[in-house]
Amino acid sequence: MAKLSAFDPALAAPADVLPAQPSPGYWKAVGQRLLRDKVTLAVTAILLSIIIIAIFAPVFAIQDPLAGSVMRRLKPIGTEGHWLGTDETGRDIWARLCYGARLSLIAGMTPVMISLVIGGFLGVTAGYMGGLVNTMIMRTMDVFYAFPSILLAIAICGLLGNGLSNAILALSIVFIPPMVRISETVTTQARHLDFVEAARASGTTTMQIIRYHVLSNVLGAILVYATSLISLSIILSAGLSFLGLGVTPPQPEWGLMLNSLRQAIYVQPLVAALPGACIFVTSMCFNLMSDGFRGAMDVKLNK
Amino acid sequence: MLPETDKIIEVEDLTVEFRKREGSLFAVNGVNFSLARGEVLTILGESGSGKSVTLKAMMGLLPGYAHVTGQARLNGKNILALPPAELTKVRGSEVSMIFQEPMAALDPVYTIGEQIAEAIVQHEGISKSAAMKRALELLERVSIPSAARRLKNYPHEMSGGMRQRAMIALALACSPTVLLADEPTTALDVTVQIQILLLLRQLSEELGMAVVFVTHDIGVAAEISDRIAVMYAGRFVETGTVREVMRERRHPYTAGLLASTVHGGLRGQDLETIPGAPPSLAALPPGCAFAPRCRSVQETCRSGQPPVVDFGPGTMVRCVRAVPQMAFA
Amino acid sequence: MFAASQVKQDPRDRGGLAQPLLIVEGLKKYFPVRGGVLNRQVATVQAVDDVSFSVRKGEVLGIVGESGCGKSTTARLLMQLITPDSGGLVFDGDPVGGPRGISISELRRQMQMVFQDSFSSLNPRMPIVDSIAYAPRMHGLSAAAARERAETLLAQVGLNPRQYSRRYPHELSGGQRQRVNIARALALEPRLVILDEAVSALDKSVEAQVLNLLRELKARLNLTYLFISHDLNVVEYISDRVLVMYLGRVVETGPVEAIYSRPRHPYTRALLASKPTLDPDRRTRHLPLTGDPPNPINPPSGCRFRTRCSFAQAICSEVIPSLLAPVDLGADAPTDHLVACHLPEAQAAFGEHDVA
Repeated sequence: MAKLSAFDPALAAPADVLPAQPSPGYWKAVGQRLLRDKVTLAVTAILLSIIIIAIFAPVFAIQDPLAGSVMRRLKPIGTEGHWLGTDETGRDIWARLCYGARLSLIAGMTPVMISLVIGGFLGVTAGYMGGLVNTMIMRTMDVFYAFPSILLAIAICGLLGNGLSNAILALSIVFIPPMVRISETVTTQARHLDFVEAARASGTTTMQIIRYHVLSNVLGAILVYATSLISLSIILSAGLSFLGLGVTPPQPEWGLMLNSLRQAIYVQPLVAALPGACIFVTSMCFNLMSDGFRGAMDVKLNK
Repeated sequence: MLPETDKIIEVEDLTVEFRKREGSLFAVNGVNFSLARGEVLTILGESGSGKSVTLKAMMGLLPGYAHVTGQARLNGKNILALPPAELTKVRGSEVSMIFQEPMAALDPVYTIGEQIAEAIVQHEGISKSAAMKRALELLERVSIPSAARRLKNYPHEMSGGMRQRAMIALALACSPTVLLADEPTTALDVTVQIQILLLLRQLSEELGMAVVFVTHDIGVAAEISDRIAVMYAGRFVETGTVREVMRERRHPYTAGLLASTVHGGLRGQDLETIPGAPPSLAALPPGCAFAPRCRSVQETCRSGQPPVVDFGPGTMVRCVRAVPQMAFA
Repeated sequence: MFAASQVKQDPRDRGGLAQPLLIVEGLKKYFPVRGGVLNRQVATVQAVDDVSFSVRKGEVLGIVGESGCGKSTTARLLMQLITPDSGGLVFDGDPVGGPRGISISELRRQMQMVFQDSFSSLNPRMPIVDSIAYAPRMHGLSAAAARERAETLLAQVGLNPRQYSRRYPHELSGGQRQRVNIARALALEPRLVILDEAVSALDKSVEAQVLNLLRELKARLNLTYLFISHDLNVVEYISDRVLVMYLGRVVETGPVEAIYSRPRHPYTRALLASKPTLDPDRRTRHLPLTGDPPNPINPPSGCRFRTRCSFAQAICSEVIPSLLAPVDLGADAPTDHLVACHLPEAQAAFGEHDVA
């Protein structure tokens, strides 16, 4: 390269058609688009406040979520000292909702993270390797696909016994196949693009190509999908708890609360609906946030 | 030059403005041309010059944010002002369009014969079997071998060249007086391209059909055109007969384009190039759009639009340096 | 044209000037076509069938042919992006992949490729300087050194690094992107560059700029090109020798002047006669060839061109013609002009299908 002269104006490329400002970069552009998207900003704010309330539950709820009293059973919303009322054993609903957010979010997000790591790895491997590896991984996943996800989760939970960690494990297993499928699809698409071929032609190793060229182009799509799974996961884990297969009483968890307040539906319908409303709002927010991300990341890269 | 009454299509001051949230831009900026029966006009231009938009505007195929003004008179009536229902009637029966990618125009779930017959039934209201007979004639007309068998083929069962012929047959179904062709040979192999070009030339002569042919390829333009309009940044910069445009090269852009066209005779020499790249339509220079790339640019070029210099009917150059021949001749 | 005198001595040269830079022997690739319920192989596409040629040091070898003729598959086979069914490569005297030869990764350092689609061949998430620096970086250069090399290369292909290096592919025009692709191909300092339809997608005024750049780089960096294109004019302009392919086989090869002025194979003649003339007074009047190229899934037996050839005889369907010197060699005929046609009368029929 030493023999090469520096910039030679005689061979210069055409004068630029674009303004010469430095480019903002892809992720910066995504960020700018997100900042303009009011709905996504709003739902993200709601989610952040839910997470903050969950983390700092003792600050937000002064009552003990486990301390009940026969005297204060099923008080309505607006009762002195219990502004969201009490449940069938007289425990404070606000405190239980705040503490319940912890377990519900953990039970909702952990399975998605686990399946993201395992499913993403398997999917990228299957997509990039192709051939026999792909066939083996994808056909195995097809077996799981044969069962409806909620039935599969119930079956695994039933097999492992109840408890939070078993519910998380069961949901992780349920979410791995769709995660594998989505990562396999986007990787297969990326793998056949010319720039991956060009990287192969430059004689670099498979790991280097995956790290520099494949992941940067598939990770966005996989993460967006994972975010949308969180909402489903929150609903499913609440469902498992509702059926008595997840979190065990007297732990506060939204699904479990929904179950135990079920009998009070005629006495205090508004109080009984509160855990359900929390589940609905949280999962809806995750869904809308994922939609917002998808929109922001879908930058039309072609001019 | 034919008398004015013989013009079957006259386009006047056609302007297309794309209005979007980010701002508006003029993709086509005051285009004028007219065509007589059997005449082939080629609009020659690079990507982004507005040549395809011109055709789509005439067919009413542009999206809602496109604001089309001007006139396109087909047999005397302005098709740009027609209500949608009437435009649909005109489309196909008086003016048809063929595309670069025939798969986009042909429906994959119907056979070629069904599609052509359907178009005929819709526009003329004749019976299905009579329409099928016409479809067969049309396939023979565009030289598809063993046409009777091909009638029953689905588009995906045909090769690229055959599909292009089938699309032409479909476009001819209701004997249009004007055919708009948007780069119909660009995706084809060179041996097939010449077949399609010869076919279009022959059809235009025999059916007296006017053809507006859009291409970026000068060789193709030389093969098919009676007249050429060179388009740059939304404007016609030079128009004339095919010989005039290719020999006189009155506009510096035409001259540069022809000089930079590669052929074997230039072996071993550096090619002449037009410096720079076509401008973005969203940020056109204030004066002549070609000024930043022009080798013989003058001060006046940068300040205002260059004058349109007439060289006789249908022949003009949009350049300050162009001098009407009359002055010298 | 064997431009031996113009070839500068390269320190990496091993075999000497007479040793071709690349010899391709009997290259073959059949793709299975799967279908039916059980996804069984139902047919075979004979994409590249027994293709042999050599590329001399410092020359431009043009490969020309229509879609489906196997020219792009050949490029990918040479880069080992797909594995050939059979056939071997010899790079500067060293067999590729053998125990005594050079490895595939060594070959890829010496041989690089520029793809047709300037957009999809660049990683949309990487600034272009990183795309160019990627290969040197992965081959052990430090980040700073790789970056410096990338910026030198950008300057060499006519893009001012200060202005462009942090740009993303979608912020460049087609011509600028193709310059980046050329810079990327040169980053490992290859000796042979395969240009697969590298200028075909560009506007004409930009195409000329890139062709000039390619010629300049070739002279400066002592490169050898394998130039693949369907554009007969561009191939004639840039090539020293030409290889004409039809349905996976080579039908004719020779110096560019010989091929373009005295084509021997009926297909080469038809191809050249199909070229638009650029002269409105000498328009094509007669069809040089009818019909489309046959489907490569079930190519005709014997000579694959026989179904479209007006000279075809019984022998053409029975025996595969091999590449031989034309029958009516004149005294001035070049010795490396070879044609795969059985029939002397077909080879000699020059002019009959000429442009009217």
